[in-house]
Amino acid sequence: MSPASRNGVLSGEFFMLGDIACAEGAICAGCRFFAGYPITPATEVAQRMSERLPLVGGIYIQMEDEMASMNAVLGASWAGVKAMTATSGPGFSLMMENLGLGVMMETPCVLVNVQRGGPSTGLPTLVGQGDMMQARWGSHGDYAIIALSPSSPQELFDLTIHAFNLSETYRAPVLVMTDAEVGHMTEKVVIPPVEEIEVIGRRKPTVPPEEYLPYRVEPGELVPPMAVAGEGYRIHTTGLTHDERGYPATADDTAQWPLVQRLVDKIEKNKDKIIMLEEDGLDDAEVAVVSYGIAARTAIWPVQMARQEGIRVGMLRLVTVWPFPDEEIRDLAGRVEGIVVPEINLGQIVREVERCAAGRTEVLSVPHPGGGIHDPQAVLRAIRRAAGRKAEA
Amino acid sequence: MELKTDGYRLDRTLETHAEAEGLRGEIHGRHPMDDLLRTDRLPHIWCPGCGLGTALTCFLSALLRSGLDLDKVAVVSGIGCTGRVAGYVRLDSFHTTHGRAIPFATGLKLGNPELKVVVFSGDGDLVTIGGNHFIHAARRNMDMTVICVNNFNYGMTGGQAGATTPVGGITTTSPYGNYEYPFSISALAAASGAVYVARWTVLHARRLERSIVEALLKPGFSLVEVIAPCPTGFGRRNRLRQGLDAMHYYHEHGVIQHGADPVKTDIELEGPVIEGKFVDGEKPTFLEQYRRQLDRLRGA
Ligand SMILES: Cc1ncc(C[n+]2csc(CCOP(=O)(O)OP(=O)(O)O)c2C)c(N)n1
Ligand code: SF4
Repeated sequence: MSPASRNGVLSGEFFMLGDIACAEGAICAGCRFFAGYPITPATEVAQRMSERLPLVGGIYIQMEDEMASMNAVLGASWAGVKAMTATSGPGFSLMMENLGLGVMMETPCVLVNVQRGGPSTGLPTLVGQGDMMQARWGSHGDYAIIALSPSSPQELFDLTIHAFNLSETYRAPVLVMTDAEVGHMTEKVVIPPVEEIEVIGRRKPTVPPEEYLPYRVEPGELVPPMAVAGEGYRIHTTGLTHDERGYPATADDTAQWPLVQRLVDKIEKNKDKIIMLEEDGLDDAEVAVVSYGIAARTAIWPVQMARQEGIRVGMLRLVTVWPFPDEEIRDLAGRVEGIVVPEINLGQIVREVERCAAGRTEVLSVPHPGGGIHDPQAVLRAIRRAAGRKAEA
Repeated sequence: MELKTDGYRLDRTLETHAEAEGLRGEIHGRHPMDDLLRTDRLPHIWCPGCGLGTALTCFLSALLRSGLDLDKVAVVSGIGCTGRVAGYVRLDSFHTTHGRAIPFATGLKLGNPELKVVVFSGDGDLVTIGGNHFIHAARRNMDMTVICVNNFNYGMTGGQAGATTPVGGITTTSPYGNYEYPFSISALAAASGAVYVARWTVLHARRLERSIVEALLKPGFSLVEVIAPCPTGFGRRNRLRQGLDAMHYYHEHGVIQHGADPVKTDIELEGPVIEGKFVDGEKPTFLEQYRRQLDRLRGA
């Protein structure tokens, strides 16, 4: 890439590392603040941001740890800047408390987890998808979250932009749950001209400061407009349960009900707008493979092989993993004889599939503890088994 | 329970508050500092004899004297009794998580360099759980004023020992006397690179206020350590039963030593409380350094 093209947002065709595509996606989305702490396999996102942000008028800061990184991101968002951090398992764990703060304060921001094998320090350089349930439930208390799962560097680029748009629309932290395989894969990435990229910003209050209640929604709305520091609104926000003024309301459950319910509903009730799925060959399918991220990509070959063997198998790829597509899986479970769920963990999202299938069809997990991608034969065997059960019946 | 969409609104509570606010105005009239306070949140939660009221008053009058544009001042607190300050000031204010006020403030400042960012929090919050952020913000000379109220214990959670509790101090988790060596907050800041460091007890309110003004107007990382009574958590277990006892103690033991070597400012259970302005220097801030490097790149 020529140095000249670095002055501003890139466009064109590139042979690009996933992590770098992620950083470029963020810059295209208008991200101008990155706070992070180095960790394999997410480090290249930080490195790229440290190189690029100063040149586009943004700020990169390497914090002292991931708790600090997450908080700095929240602070920057409250200063009105689109902000992001990127990490992997150990850092993701450290971010959990303050991810919750972001949820509670309704702070738009993006958190990228380039997953590696765990638990603990695990397999620093090797792939895993073991943080999918942590993504959903990792911070304490009740909340809903949006998490996206890309399968290629191109999609990591696209979904990072989309993550910013979702975070600004719903005033919530959005997770990009990629993995070491996609993050460290180099592939063709097409960056469209900047005017062709849809970029959404947060809704601002239209009332003067004396009339503004930072956490009031109008009837029929779920996301309050957001004033930030320095605009004269003199806002207050807290991680405590709060009323519509943003003031603590902790004596009883009066404020807890409407607040927490709304935090969940603003995502759950907009599922149809948030959820993105990719279907292939499901129309006539007797067996469905349901997967996400790199595991979905490695399942393409076994699906093709099974089709050649005469098994009518299709694929449903979860581009959005959270909120979970309950209805789509329920519907699918009513149409097929078996669902096969390959994922690089010992069975996390398969539990969601089982919950939605509710016994209407056989659900087969194809686990992998992390450290590598699936042996395509293992997925193929599971597809055959799912189809075979039907033959026996 | 299925909530209807208008079930997300809490109008009734707010009306009750507005009513109470009007009533308060009728009974008490307005105080000159009311414009800087979220009076609809008063009375505050602090105990009688607590030093936090004085610390807050000194901060607000310093703010007025500083001449700063109040629409561009943001206050960030962590969690604790002191952390409640963010909720009482009528400024852009953020009540974050325990220990994390400084990194949040860092993001705020870097997101909008026009802001004057003030961190107002407790000793446990800032130098025990949040100690790493404290030293790193000072090291970076991050542009912010940190007002750290040191009451030698965790007030909010019921008077436990922390990294500032003097050796021998009785707390609810050091019932036989604390046996750990404490930090001197001022020494920690000075050693980490703070460009302004001062310490005052709340008895020395005028001097405290003056130091806060200086700190607010000083570019870079400034620290004002405020020694304050916590009769409920610490005082009553350590022979300073009431707030007033602590004030007498500060009167008898306070030793003003401007320019004192910060390393020699340890506070023991009994003995002098060295106070004054310990550091007043100058060096480029984080943002100045950042821009300097960029200009160098552009020049090359
Ligand atoms: C992660 C976390 N751990 C523990 C607590 C409980 N907690 C709340 S306030 C506090 C101590 C506050 O002490 P300090 O900062 O000295 O402030 P003070 O109350 O004395 O003003 C603790 C331990 C918490 N809120 N979060
Ligand atoms: S517990 Fe201590 S610090 Fe907290 S309000 Fe009471 S006296 Fe003040």
